[in-house]
Parts: sequence; structure tokens; C-alpha cells
Amino acid sequence: MAATDPSHATPLNQPSKQVSDDARGYYVPGEPLVDPVAPTGPISERWTQRKFDNRLVNPANRRKLDIIIVGTGLAGGAAAATLGEAGYNVKSFCYQDSPRRAHSIAAQGGINAAKNYKEDGDSTFRLFYDTVKGGDYRSRESNVYRLAEVSASIIDQCVAQGVPFAREYGGLLDNRSFGGVQVSRTFYARGQTGQQLLIGAYQAMERQVAAGTVTQYTRHEMLEVIVADGKARGIIARDLVTGEIETHLADVVVLANGGYGNVFYLSTNAMGSNVTAAWRAHRKGAYMANPCYTQIHPTCIPVAGEHQSKLTLMSESLRNDGRIWVPKKKEDCEKDPRDIPEEDRDYYLERIYPSFGNLVPRDIASRQAKNMCDEGRGVGPLVGDFRRGVYLDFTDAIARLGEDAVREKYDNLFDMYERITGENPYQVPMRIYPAVHYVMGGLWVDYHLQSSIPGLFVTGEANFSDHGANRLGASALMQGLADGYFVLPNTIRDYLADGPFEKLDESHPAVVEARTSVEERVHRFLTINGTRSADSFHKELGNIMWEYCGMERSEEGLRKAIDMIRELKAAFWSDLKVLGTADSLNQSLEKAGRVADFIELGELMCIDALNRRESCGGHFRAESQTEDGEALRQDEEFAYVAAWEWGGDDGQPVLHKEELLYTAIEMKQRSYK
Amino acid sequence: MNLTLKIWRQPDAATAGAMHTYQVEDISSDMSFLEMLDVLNEQLNAVGEDPVAFDSDCREGICGTCSLMINGEAHGPEVTTTCQLHMRSFKDGDTITIEPWRADAFPVLKDLITDRGAFDRIIQAGGFISANTGSAPEANSVPAPRDKAMRAFNAATCISCGACVAACPNGSASLFLGAKITHLGELPQGQPERDTRVVDMVAQHDHEGFGGCTNIGECTAACPKEIPLDVISQLNRDLRTALRNGH
Ligand SMILES: Cc1cc2nc3c(=O)[nH]c(=O)nc-3n(C[C@H](O)[C@H](O)[C@H](O)COP(=O)(O)OP(=O)(O)OC[C@H]3O[C@@H](n4cnc5c(N)ncnc54)[C@H](O)[C@@H]3O)c2cc1C
Ligand code: SF4
Ligand code: FES
Repeated sequence: MAATDPSHATPLNQPSKQVSDDARGYYVPGEPLVDPVAPTGPISERWTQRKFDNRLVNPANRRKLDIIIVGTGLAGGAAAATLGEAGYNVKSFCYQDSPRRAHSIAAQGGINAAKNYKEDGDSTFRLFYDTVKGGDYRSRESNVYRLAEVSASIIDQCVAQGVPFAREYGGLLDNRSFGGVQVSRTFYARGQTGQQLLIGAYQAMERQVAAGTVTQYTRHEMLEVIVADGKARGIIARDLVTGEIETHLADVVVLANGGYGNVFYLSTNAMGSNVTAAWRAHRKGAYMANPCYTQIHPTCIPVAGEHQSKLTLMSESLRNDGRIWVPKKKEDCEKDPRDIPEEDRDYYLERIYPSFGNLVPRDIASRQAKNMCDEGRGVGPLVGDFRRGVYLDFTDAIARLGEDAVREKYDNLFDMYERITGENPYQVPMRIYPAVHYVMGGLWVDYHLQSSIPGLFVTGEANFSDHGANRLGASALMQGLADGYFVLPNTIRDYLADGPFEKLDESHPAVVEARTSVEERVHRFLTINGTRSADSFHKELGNIMWEYCGMERSEEGLRKAIDMIRELKAAFWSDLKVLGTADSLNQSLEKAGRVADFIELGELMCIDALNRRESCGGHFRAESQTEDGEALRQDEEFAYVAAWEWGGDDGQPVLHKEELLYTAIEMKQRSYK
Repeated sequence: MNLTLKIWRQPDAATAGAMHTYQVEDISSDMSFLEMLDVLNEQLNAVGEDPVAFDSDCREGICGTCSLMINGEAHGPEVTTTCQLHMRSFKDGDTITIEPWRADAFPVLKDLITDRGAFDRIIQAGGFISANTGSAPEANSVPAPRDKAMRAFNAATCISCGACVAACPNGSASLFLGAKITHLGELPQGQPERDTRVVDMVAQHDHEGFGGCTNIGECTAACPKEIPLDVISQLNRDLRTALRNGH
């Protein structure tokens, strides 16, 4: 790693050349895509220079500029607070009853920042390097560097707001190492880092609500974006209490609607997390990038039965002390694990990866757990004809450290486990199974976080740019806050410097079209009068996605999945049953809209996965592996961002490729053996 | 197990509500309480009856969205959120009464859903630290003593669910309010606005129609995050100091 700025004028890698064409017949090749505002020059100066170059908006003019922000998680909440404070006129939307309930609240582990408080050699460059490498070289170099650069300010900002991070006895901030990283750069607030960070952003936003710069619309769902004369100029939203369809116009629209992991039905995401805001924008011309990149988390509480509605994550820190195993013999799977002698246990991670053992990266731990269960050696209750679980055993840790020490470290997690499963993990080994956790794909954005629709910006988990094919622990919170507090407020002003834009009339054809399409859609859901609930379609979609577009994918499986999803879509639109009316609180109607969008997204995810005949990050393509079964990346073919353009209801999606060229980091293959 | 459910049904805020009785069968003890309601809703949908509306989002005990009175207790019999309550807490053949949060300041919107917007407005009245983006000092330049930071943290774990209000015979939000006052007041960063914060937040609390605290303690017994009663003493102390200081 270079101590001085290592950026080279000419990139260190060659543009990729795809020779395989597995998705032929499912898509249309499009023009190459370049980020029109990508910065150049030494990597460490790109952001500073850009902040200076971006045009300013005079404080007196800011009041006249209207900004719509969809989403109040870390990305949207922080952006609303900051832009409101700067004096813009902000309208903020969320589907929950309070902005503070956005899904960011569920994050447990921590947030990274290159503070180097421990003097253990951390730096902006090292955080940047780890993040690009961790993402398997499928993220953008300039964006990630900027993320690492502003990370330290995030901690300052949050502490000033009163976020109660963990502290040492002297009163200084504590931090720990997390997710296989060798430096201590993760700041945390017990197991509730997300909650504390979100409350900080929420309170900052409520302060602006009181000041009159931010207006909050809770229990509102954005159902369409208004694109007039080529620019995003507003949204159509439904008031979820009264059912009223509302038109909101603005000079610029920001989407901060979070991730779409719920396409898998069972995931660690909140029940209401959806793709609607992003998908509606996609259908209006915003490109969807790398949709198939899904993060699977290895330590979740396994599915207990057919009626399960969601999965609960348990902090990955458990892998520091717990040993993971399954029985060697299938016959033992039903036995009480305490009756299985040591020699009949397969500590498979320790066996296959002796140097990393139970601490291998998330994707490897997840995939091996699935392999064990697929072999028939899973444990726990039968769900269907399958046991989905492996043991995470603390017996050795309790013997070594004592029960009290283990209790002190993991008490709340053990309690939560017991509450959900009814088993005491101090006595019986815990059971874990991988679950969908986070998505790395999202709407395509340029360096300014602007999508392919001018005036439509996308922040946080909803965009694609910073994590590549995998995400390191504690980096999503960092991105949400970086985008919201520091990046977007600086880039959006360059766009707004051209404003205020000509006032839009509600009779403008673009407004009428958007509104009418929403009304018709709502009407259609209510009049199909079929037999099945939206939930039942959602479950079916989830099964298809998990089976064929989950941890392991193959050409054959993906083709099959696409056919199945197409059939499901037809069934949905002819056999859906939504009771109630449009002009009232109607949760079935809300679900129907979300599931309809998930079905279309699911198809695109499968096409994207089919095209990408390489294994990288959390995405394992059976056709691309090493001799000993490890993931094999194909840089010559796929070092690009796949940005998909909507091809119309009857057309095929159009694939635009943005080359990923690295000037500061050389690509390397991963190895954890 | 088979259960009888008595559920409050109310089409909207303006229409009167009533209890309805439903039967559910084959409920497994591993289901969460909300998953049991999902089963009921699938059943209702199938026979063409409007499903029961209830709030939930994270289903993980952290977002504070779920909010049910179960057999007269906020979040039911265990010290946890409704979404983390599991059916193993009930027995085959039980009759379970399910109602929305009870408090004048939380009007019913539909069935089991209430409007808790008053909590946001209390925060708007001063439940924050004024820190402008970009001008924050280096985080470690202001050390926070560990014991105070711990107390702040414990108070900050409040998830704004409103169970304290629903459990309180007076419909007071003092526990919620005290938790925020304690969280921000224990930190060095929270000092400049300490006096105005408590005065303004208490005024908003009263304005929203929450009742006064008479030290009954039902709030803390119902709180899924075990916020202790002493945050209310802190609230009263801070309020007295502020008034003495002329606010
Ligand atoms: C259980 C769990 C644990 C995690 N732990 C960590 C961790 O330790 N560290 C880490 O870095 N990351 C973690 N993550 C990931 C991280 O929490 C998320 O990636 C991040 O919080 C996303 O923030 P966001 O602001 O982009 O979106 P969100 O917080 O998801 O917010 C989305 C917002 O959009 C709104 N919205 C969505 N659609 C619409 C619509 N159509 N109309 C109106 N509003 C809409 C919602 O109401 C909400 O306000 C975790 C995730 C999970 C699920
Ligand atoms: S104090 Fe407890 S019961 Fe009251 S809102 Fe907070 S978490 Fe809920
Ligand atoms: S649904 Fe989030 S706390 Fe219960």
C-alpha cells in the first residue's frame, strides 16, 4: 500500500471484454455508460476539488428551492436535516408513522470510520482499500475514497448530536475491530448502533421541522415520480390513512428509500421495506445497477415454520467465540446435539479454512452452511422436507472463559435467541442459518449521486455505487450518513444552481400522466377479484428467488426462475384478491403494490445474475469456481457495472456497461484458505 | 393450539368501534404474536372479510411500531414488544383480547392502529441537541464520563412505542419524556439547551393531552426496554431547576 497518493494517470487494469453471453435472448445490448461527472486527478484530492468546483446557491435563493426526499432512514433523515438547515424548502416522506422508525433503526453491529484512535495504522487510504477489496473490485474507486474520507466527520457529527457511542473509562470513544478487518475502526452503541444513529438524524430533522424548513409526511407512500421535460419534478404519493392520492411538486427529488432485500420474502429487512420508489423511477428511465448483488448474512436465527414472516439477525460478533458444526452423519441430525460425541461432529469451517476458521467472510460462511444443509446434514426443525440450520456452539467458550464472561459479552443476543426459539443457548448449542440481509445493487448514480434522470438523486442503500459485490460489516451505516450529511448537500447544490426551475402546473401532461397511472393501478388491484392474497404471491416469489438467485446460481436455475417468475406475474394480475377500498387505510392494497414491483424486480435480478457468469462477493455462479470449489471472479469479462434500462412492459431490458477502472488499487483474487 | 380472539374493530377514526370474535386453529407455539395475526388475516381475506389492521415493521423489537393491548396489558404478558412475544406464552383454548393503545393523545386510526404523532411533536419542541452539520468539534475533544454516558445510553434505548402511555391510568407520557431528558441531559453536549429543552417539551406534552404523572409505576412495568422510573425524577428535577433559573 502506498504512503503517498498512488493514483496513476492511466488505469492499472484493462477495460473488460465479455465473451460469455448466457443471457442472450433476455436483454438488448445498449450503449456503454460513462459517469459524466467522474472526477480525475490524484484520488485524495478529487472530493475536495469537486466541493470547490460545484456551484453555490445563495442563501436567499435556497428558500425558493423545493426538495422532495423520499425516505427518512440514515440517508434520507440526515439529508433532510442538513438541507433544511441550509435553508432549502424540504418535504420529507416515509411510509412509517414516524421518521424515527425507518429500517436503519435495526442495524446492530457498528459504523466504520478512519479515525485511527488506536494508532494501529488506520487511515483514509486503508479504509478505502479494505472497502474496494471487500467489494471484490466491483465498486467505484472515487466514490469509495470519498466515503472513507468523510467517515471521520460522521463520528464528530453524531457525537455532537448526543449519539451515545460506547466509551472507555476515561470518557473517550471506544472502538473495536469488526468483520475480519485488522484495525479497530468500528464505533458502536451496544448492539443498537443503527437505532442510536437514526435517532440522532431524526432529532436533527425534527429540529428543522420545528424551524419550518422541513415538512414531514408520515404514513405516505411514494407511488410514482413525475418526470417533466426530461427532469424529475415531483412525486405522486398516497396518504396511507385517508387513501388520498397527492401530487407533490419540487425542483429536485431525492430517493433514500433503502434496500429491496424483501424481494426474497424472508429477510432481515423490516416488513414494509420495499422497492416501489426505486422501481417506479426505473420504469421512468432511471437505470438499475447490479440488481443481483445480494448480501447474505451467515448468523441469523433459522426459519421455524411455514408461517414465518421475517428473519432475525444475530450479531456476527458471535463467531468470535462460537464454533460452527454439523453432525458428520445424517442419522444424527435429529439427536440432541449434546449427545453427539466430539468425533462425530464436523467443524466444517475449521476443517476447510484452517487459517480463518469460523471467521471466514460472510459469503463463505453462508455458502458452506447451505452446502451442509443441502447435503442433508442440517439441524433443527423440518421446514417442508428440509432442515435449515447449523450449530453455533459456545460449549468450548463457556469452558474456557466461564459462563459469566460469555454472559457479559453476549447476554442480550442470547436472551433474544431464547425469546424467539424457546431454547437456552447456554445449555444447548444455538442454531443459525444464512439470510438475505442487504443489497448492494440499486439505482445507478453518477459521482454526484444523480441517477440517469436529471434532477433525480439517489442516496443510501437505494443506490449502487459504494459497496461493489459484497459489503463489509459496518459500512452501510457509514454510507447512509456520508451521503445524507456530507455528499448530497454538496452535489445537489451544483444542480440547484440552475434553479429555481420554471414552475410546474398540475395540469402539465407529465403530472396528469403520473397521477392517472397511479389511480388506475390502485383501481386495478381492487378489481381483479381473484382468490389469492398479495402475501401468498410474495412468499412464492421469495421461494423462487432464494432457490435460484440466492447464494448459489446457475445458468439452468436462473432460466427456470425467469420462466417461473413470468408465470407468477401472470397469475398475480389475474388471481389477486384485495379487499377494502382505495379511500381508507388498506394494508392489503399497500402490499399488493409492493409485491407487483418485487415480481418485476425479481425477473431483472435473475437476468442480471444470468448475464454475470462469474462468482464475486455474495454471488456464487456455479459455472465459475476454482478446482476446489471456491468463488472465481472473471475480471477480464466483468469488471463493469451492469446498468439496466427499462425496456417497456413488452420489451426486454437494455444493458449498459460502465467500465470499472482502477488508478489507485490493483485487483487481486481473494483467498481465505 | 386453537384460540378465541376478541379483537377491536373500528373502520376509521370517525366511526365507532366494537369487539369482534374470531377463531384461529393450528397455531404453533413458535409463531410470534403477529404471525398468529397474519394467519387470522389470511383466513379473513379468504372468506372476503376485511383483514385486521395492525402496525408492525421491524418485527425485531427495535422500531417501536407494533402496539397492541393484549389481555389488557401493553405488549402483552412478557416484558418485550408485541412482535417479540411468542405464542408459547399462551395455552391451547385461551381467549385473547386484543385492543389498540388506550390514550386520548393516541387516537385510533383503524382497528388496532393509533396515531402517535404527538411523540414527534414533543421531540420537535426541543428533544434534540442543536448541532449544525459540518461544524462539529473533533469527537474526542469533549470526553464524556463513562457512568454518565452509560446512564444516557440506557435512557436512549427508548423505542418510542408508547406502551408507557397506554399502561398509565392517567395516559401520561412522562416515562418517554423522562427518557429523552435523561439521555440528552447526561451528556456534556446536551447542556446548553438543558433548561429550555425540559420546559418546552413538558409544555408540548401537556398541550397534546397526555396526563400528569402520579407515580403509579405502570409505565415502567410495561416498558419493553425497561426504562427505569428514575428518569421521571430526573425530569422533575430538571424542570424545577429550569423554573428556578427563570425559564
Ligand atoms: C438487521 C440489520 C442489521 C444491520 N446491521 C448493520 C450494521 O451493523 N452496520 C451497517 O453498516 N449496516 C447494517 N445494516 C444495513 C443498514 O442498516 C442499511 O443498509 C441502512 O440502514 C439503509 O439506510 P437507508 O437510509 O438507505 O434506508 P432505510 O433506513 O431502509 O430507510 C428507507 C426509508 O425509505 C422510506 N420508504 C421506502 N419506500 C418508500 C416509499 N415508496 N414511499 C415513501 N417512503 C418510502 C421508508 O419509510 C424509510 O424511511 C443492517 C441491516 C439490517 C437489516
Ligand atoms: S419509555 Fe418504554 S414504553 Fe415508553 S415509549 Fe419508551 S420504550 Fe416505549
Ligand atoms: S415491529 Fe418493530 S418493535 Fe415490534
